Amino acid sequence: MSVLAVISTLLLLAVVMAVVSRPLLSARTPDEPRTPERAELEAEREAKYREIRDAELDYRTGKLSHEDYEAVNGALRAEAVVILDQLQEDQAASPPK
Amino acid sequence: MAQFGGACLILALGVCAYGIGASIYGVRTGRPEFSESGRRSVYALAGILTVAFAVLELAFLRNDFSFNTVADTSSATTPTFYKAAAVWSSQEGSLLLWAWLLSLWSTLVLFLTRKRMRDVSSYATAILLGFGGFFIALMVFYANPFATTDPAPAEGVGLDPLLRHPSMMIHPPMLYSGYTLCIVPLAFGMGALLARKVDAEWIKATRRFAMAAWLFLGIGIMLGARWSYSELGWGGYWGWDAVENASLMPWLCATAFIHSLMIQEKRGMLKVWNVSLVLATGTLAIMGTFLVRSGILSSIHAFGGATLGVPFVVLIGVLILSSIYLVSSRREMLRSEHRLDSLLSRESIFLANNLVLVGLCFVIFWGTYFPLISEALTGHEASVGPPWFDRYTVPLALILVLLSGIGPVIAWRRATFANARRNFVIPLSVALSTLVVLLAAGVADGKPLALAMFCCAAFVMGSVGQEYWRGVRVRRAMAGEPAPLALVALVKRNRRRYGGYVVHIGIAVLFVGVAASSSFQHASELSLSPGQSTKVGAYTVRYVRPTAAVTPKYDPVHTGSTLSLGAVLNVSKHGKHVATLTPAEDFYDSGEPAQGSVGHLIGGQPVSQVSMDGGITRDVWSAIAPNIDTPRLKRIVEIGNKTLPIVRPDEGMIAVAVLAREYLKSPPPAEFHLIVSPLVMWIWVGGMIVAGGALIALWPAPSAVRARVGVRARSRRAARGLARA
Repeated sequence: MSVLAVISTLLLLAVVMAVVSRPLLSARTPDEPRTPERAELEAEREAKYREIRDAELDYRTGKLSHEDYEAVNGALRAEAVVILDQLQEDQAASPPK
Repeated sequence: MAQFGGACLILALGVCAYGIGASIYGVRTGRPEFSESGRRSVYALAGILTVAFAVLELAFLRNDFSFNTVADTSSATTPTFYKAAAVWSSQEGSLLLWAWLLSLWSTLVLFLTRKRMRDVSSYATAILLGFGGFFIALMVFYANPFATTDPAPAEGVGLDPLLRHPSMMIHPPMLYSGYTLCIVPLAFGMGALLARKVDAEWIKATRRFAMAAWLFLGIGIMLGARWSYSELGWGGYWGWDAVENASLMPWLCATAFIHSLMIQEKRGMLKVWNVSLVLATGTLAIMGTFLVRSGILSSIHAFGGATLGVPFVVLIGVLILSSIYLVSSRREMLRSEHRLDSLLSRESIFLANNLVLVGLCFVIFWGTYFPLISEALTGHEASVGPPWFDRYTVPLALILVLLSGIGPVIAWRRATFANARRNFVIPLSVALSTLVVLLAAGVADGKPLALAMFCCAAFVMGSVGQEYWRGVRVRRAMAGEPAPLALVALVKRNRRRYGGYVVHIGIAVLFVGVAASSSFQHASELSLSPGQSTKVGAYTVRYVRPTAAVTPKYDPVHTGSTLSLGAVLNVSKHGKHVATLTPAEDFYDSGEPAQGSVGHLIGGQPVSQVSMDGGITRDVWSAIAPNIDTPRLKRIVEIGNKTLPIVRPDEGMIAVAVLAREYLKSPPPAEFHLIVSPLVMWIWVGGMIVAGGALIALWPAPSAVRARVGVRARSRRAARGLARA
């Protein structure tokens, strides 16, 4: 192996080790991500908001009758309230940093 | 340089092993610093492989023939444009490209999810590094791109002439991007199952990657079809070849997943189905790579050797068994949270669409692997051809196109028959009008399947057109915007929905092109001498005169051929000149001294240069196979072989010039392949529309955050009001 190749490899190895070992050497613990439950609730909330918007668009573009829209929209919003309440409880239990 | 490249690979393998260990240790012991270190291993891997890829690319550009890969797939006379692409024409280079692309996508997804789903992403990190490690190990132990020969040969063999086509510069990176992007949802799906967190969050995190995989695979498939049509000289764009099928199968599975994941996001349903589709898509992507690289099935596109078969079979076996184990052992937590509200709902249409797509995938899988299955069962290898595929795929494609028109006009959750009836009036009217016009014009006589496809496509146009028109009308009523602004605002606010509709239009256009070009094609294969004419459909094609060019390095399409023999064809319709076509066949240096000092200069694999006149209504396509085996032309080569020294190719080229002049002076009859195909251009236009729609759906909405805040506040107020009521 040529000297240049050895030096280049050692340099690359040093950079890799610095990148990979930084979390192990650092005194700072990596940022705690949101709790899995909260992340799941937030994903559900986003999906529910999208569903509410979609139902409204379906209604306005004539794909849902007024009665069906009222029923679907009511059910969706009731489901949204449950998710929002759960999210509020989770936030009260462990406020975000 | 080669030693440094090899060291990069060993370092990369070490990083993969460490990252897998650190990620699993971190998640199993609850020590996030190890998970974080594992994640950073992926970043480091991307950096190392970028350096390794740059080393190999430089070796190609600098004609460093001490690299075996460079000597085998490039040469000093290969145009620079193709030297850069020659990296992935070799087994070794394509494995490096695969691993490099995977490391880049893995870095992107792990960076984007660095503050979410720690457990899931730790497992996903280990799985992604496992795939990376597999491909790097293949390079280290089986197909090292940095292997060298000392002393280096003075000249390389050169790039396979078939691959000297512009779309070949981007076709493999596109397909490999698609394949490697398919691994991202697979890794997160497996990670979710391992971490027992099978909610919608992993889907949300990887949805865009699944869509990007679908887009890249689609672009790769279209570029491959275009290359086949304009380069291979058989006049078709799809031949149900094993390697073509291998890229289509994960695309079909990804299409099913992209639709069904919406049902899980919205309703918490189809969790088993979705995770199974993701695992199947990833496994099919690996199988696609395996087919190209193992050489297990013969294919015009397979450029690999047979050495990698066993490791790939082991990987695929592990993937299938672990997928089955994970899904079956987690089936309790994968139970659906809701049931279908109504059979007349968009969910039901999506389910039907999923069944058709998976059915298509199964048919193609069976037909592709039938040679292996039949050999395993009977000891004889049998294969199925295009008619077998057409028998099953055409009806399924018809249903698929029809469903892509029904879906947009049906509401989520539930729709009433009265509403559905009203929504179907315009699409049905458009479809029926198309039927009447085509029947009256006698266009589709005797071609019921083509007629059905035209009507289904018209139905899709009507249905999507109506959706856009109604959406714009609603937007105008709400915001008082002029129509063009309302259209832009509508699409910007609902990118997934309206981008998806554009994709449906593109698919319909593409299938119109496929149906028309395959059902109403006129083709002729015959021998013509200068001055002779033939009829192809409504067109008359006359062989005007032969052409010949001695083209060391500087042929018209810059592929590095030595001799190009062709013809000038005059195409006319009802006596009126339509086009002049100039098909040719390029001859290449074989690099085989045994063929003689002149013989080797034109002894390589000849490649057809197709000439066509494309238009929005039809393509007139031509290819030529000139005959250079006549006694007179053979004699020129024989005399040259005897009298000229092999070390003086410049003198040999003089003999090739004499051969070219003799060919022009008394041209022998040439074999022509002439095709008139209607609406082929619409296949490429449809593909571009599909890609455009996918980009719209994929693009992040800049106003999403602002809109979300507003909706959140309104929703909470309204939701509370409803709950109180």
